[in-house]
Amino acid sequence: MNEVVLEARGLTKHYRRGARAVEDVSLVLRRGRVTALVGESGSGKSTVAKLLARLVPATSGEILLRGEKPGRFREYCRSVQMIFQDPFASLNPVHRIRYTLTRPLKIHRRSETPEQLLEAVQLPADFLDRYPHELSGGQRQRVAIARALAAQPSVLLADEPVSMLDVSIRLGVLNLLRDLKERLHLAVLYITHDIASARYFADETFVMYGGQVVEGGDSETVTQHPAHPYTQLLIASAPDPDRPATSTPTPLGEPPSLGSPPDGCRFSPRCPQATPRCWTDAPPRCSLGDGHWAACWLYEEVVA
Amino acid sequence: MRFLLRRTVFYLVTAWAAITVNFLLPRLLPGDPVQAMITRFQGRLSGDAVQSLYVLFGLDQNTSVLEQYLSYWGNLLTGDLGLSFTFFPTPVSEVLGQSMPWTLGLMGVTTVISFGLGTVIGVYAGWRRGTWVDALVPVTTFFSAIPYFWLGLIAIAVFAVNWQVFPAAGGYPAGMEPGFSGEFAGAVLYHAVLPAVTIVVSSVAGWILGMRNMMVTVSAEDYVLVAHAKGLSQRRVMISYAARNAILPSVSGFALSLGFVVGGTLLVEMVFSYPGIGYVLFQGVNAKDYPLMQGVFLVVTLAVLVANLLADVGYLLLDPRTRREAW
Amino acid sequence: MNAKTRAGLALLGFFGLIAVVGPWIAPYDPSAMGPDLLQPPSGAHWFGTTMTGQDVFSQVLVGTRGVLVVGLVAGVLATVLSIVIGVSAGFLGGAADELLSALSNIFLVVPALPLIIIVASFLPDSGDLLIAVVISLTAWAWGARVLRAQTLSLRNRDYVLAARATGERTWRLIVFEVLPNLTAVIASGFVGTVIFAVLLEITLSFIGVASISNWNWGTVLFWAQSNQALSQGAWWWFVPAGLCIAFLGTALALVNFGIDEYANPRLRSAGRGKVGFTPVERS
Repeated sequence: MNEVVLEARGLTKHYRRGARAVEDVSLVLRRGRVTALVGESGSGKSTVAKLLARLVPATSGEILLRGEKPGRFREYCRSVQMIFQDPFASLNPVHRIRYTLTRPLKIHRRSETPEQLLEAVQLPADFLDRYPHELSGGQRQRVAIARALAAQPSVLLADEPVSMLDVSIRLGVLNLLRDLKERLHLAVLYITHDIASARYFADETFVMYGGQVVEGGDSETVTQHPAHPYTQLLIASAPDPDRPATSTPTPLGEPPSLGSPPDGCRFSPRCPQATPRCWTDAPPRCSLGDGHWAACWLYEEVVA
Repeated sequence: MRFLLRRTVFYLVTAWAAITVNFLLPRLLPGDPVQAMITRFQGRLSGDAVQSLYVLFGLDQNTSVLEQYLSYWGNLLTGDLGLSFTFFPTPVSEVLGQSMPWTLGLMGVTTVISFGLGTVIGVYAGWRRGTWVDALVPVTTFFSAIPYFWLGLIAIAVFAVNWQVFPAAGGYPAGMEPGFSGEFAGAVLYHAVLPAVTIVVSSVAGWILGMRNMMVTVSAEDYVLVAHAKGLSQRRVMISYAARNAILPSVSGFALSLGFVVGGTLLVEMVFSYPGIGYVLFQGVNAKDYPLMQGVFLVVTLAVLVANLLADVGYLLLDPRTRREAW
Repeated sequence: MNAKTRAGLALLGFFGLIAVVGPWIAPYDPSAMGPDLLQPPSGAHWFGTTMTGQDVFSQVLVGTRGVLVVGLVAGVLATVLSIVIGVSAGFLGGAADELLSALSNIFLVVPALPLIIIVASFLPDSGDLLIAVVISLTAWAWGARVLRAQTLSLRNRDYVLAARATGERTWRLIVFEVLPNLTAVIASGFVGTVIFAVLLEITLSFIGVASISNWNWGTVLFWAQSNQALSQGAWWWFVPAGLCIAFLGTALALVNFGIDEYANPRLRSAGRGKVGFTPVERS
């Protein structure tokens, strides 16, 4: 097994207005491995990224960097860097690319040049004197990746890195991330709402619903043999040319209110297989073998 | 309701701050001029009056600042603002009581006219932007850049000195006895025309510009586009959709600019020797009448705070969401 | 840059030039009394003379500097105050925000003119710079309010978060990530404050609160008013100074429109005549 770089234990975030955005999330990120965190809008997956980047303080739970409680933020962010979803918003419009790339090099006293950073993301050096508005979405996202690499981190938190990009260039950016992971031996957290890309890109996949992780395991198993009813619905709703068009059950209702989540299982109001017990008691984490698990009452017997 | 409560608390804090500033100013800045003034009037001031001036300006060195502050509040709450030197020996509160109605009348009427007129013109100018109406912008800018008092001077030169159609000064004819007669009311209106027109002309420009810009901004919103697409008449889209939303910031801006409007009104009163608070302040400044100046500041500030509270109520009525501006 | 902005800048440049060279090109000593008493404009005295034979043209020329200096000094001080208070309030949030917001609101609501009159008349010496400082103390609140609102909307932009994630310090986030995006707002606030300061200074001189020994347009009007220039029909005594104020104010306001339109493209008026907002076909 690869070395564990970043570990989250029982991360919980409740916002002041009462929204319970993230509830008891535990994750392990290993060097050279991509971990996907899949969920719909509002499932709390972006909050997990911000918690791990320490951009927002956690309500409870802890983060361990190489097995230790992290110290000052500057030291921490040298190892853990983040890529934001929207490359049109994550680069300051008033600064040239050169400024955006030089700052992290200075902050973390790295000897590389901004030219080398651009080269690493396969962009020409003359981009340095351009402004963000002169770049395309894909080029901007590459610049954002270069900025994250400047600190020479060991963990990259990629918050939906391709969802704002044209479909045609998504693969290019994902392949770039994979190359970088191989070359720099990075631990990557890949956050996405697209479970198909998780299968393609990630070694391990976690599924989030309503602020909680409901299923986890290696990507192949989770995407090919989903256990949790939510994961099954998620996969069924993704278009797949290989699958014959059958009538898939559509989930009822809307994503749960994080302000007052339902008692018991948070998915129970929409779950086609819900039993009375699901309405009242939160399900335990049931192991399905080979590291695959789901938080669902359906698999209680398997455990027992 | 919570909104109004919050605002009321804020106004109370502001009133407290203004009163405290009034208390601190003469104590922080050299108080010699007041001492000199009191010495000059020594023989004619009663012991009580001297004592209350001492309290107001902190000349009594034997008491602690806290004691001074408490007796200062005591004086205020009993309406004792000291004696005016200009109108010696009338108490400041009495001078203010006599001039306040004039200012309130003049300001109330002109503000309502100017706000209403400015809003209507602004809505129209915003609606027809890109046409000749845009020429209004530089013209109104020019007028809003003219100081109130100078416009007043010009008005006097043209309409009172040159053509002699309106009186140059005062709130009513010199010989007339104030009373509730129709004759007196007519005279008051007649005397108010020039100052009122001056204020309206100077202040309307600001409302026009503000409303025009809000109209232009609001009109790019999707609900205006949808209203057009529904086939509603131009008039209806303009009034019920665009203007209805554009007026909200104008109303909150109204409250905030009141302090400015008050300043302008005071100046116009000075120029026209209109018997309101502004003219009283002017006389106080010339005579270095500190009790009077401080009294004017207090009264004007409190009046502005009350007016602000009224504007808040208006905003609440206009905006169904009772959207709470953070501040 | 459109015609309005250009006209504003040109006018502003003209007044700036006068402010620099005014005292040298003035044909007379503005305080020197001459034999021509209360004369209307003529070849010798372009703007006529005062009751004591002073040359009004020279007074206006010499007085320009005082007006602009006070306006600029007050504008700079007030803008700095408004940036420090407004941006900190917006960026820091929480209790600091509550406190700073309440402070600016108090300064906004309290009527400035009577307050300044009191402060200025308590001051033993009310020279130009002192007046500028006093004006700036009452003029910063509006800018602070606007900047706070803008900062609040910028604070959680991704690029600020991203800069924080690279390890930038808070002060650098404020100065290098947030502030540059507020340039237009700050510039517009600065110009607005200068207008406010100029008007207030002239007003104070006119009332006689500020020192009347320094020449500025307000002092000219003060002497005209106290010598009953109006009732003697001496229009030349108060018209030039007033027009200068109005033109200077207009110039500044036009520059401000330019900045506003730059920052808010919606305000740019379309070149061709267009009624309403949507190109709807009407029968």
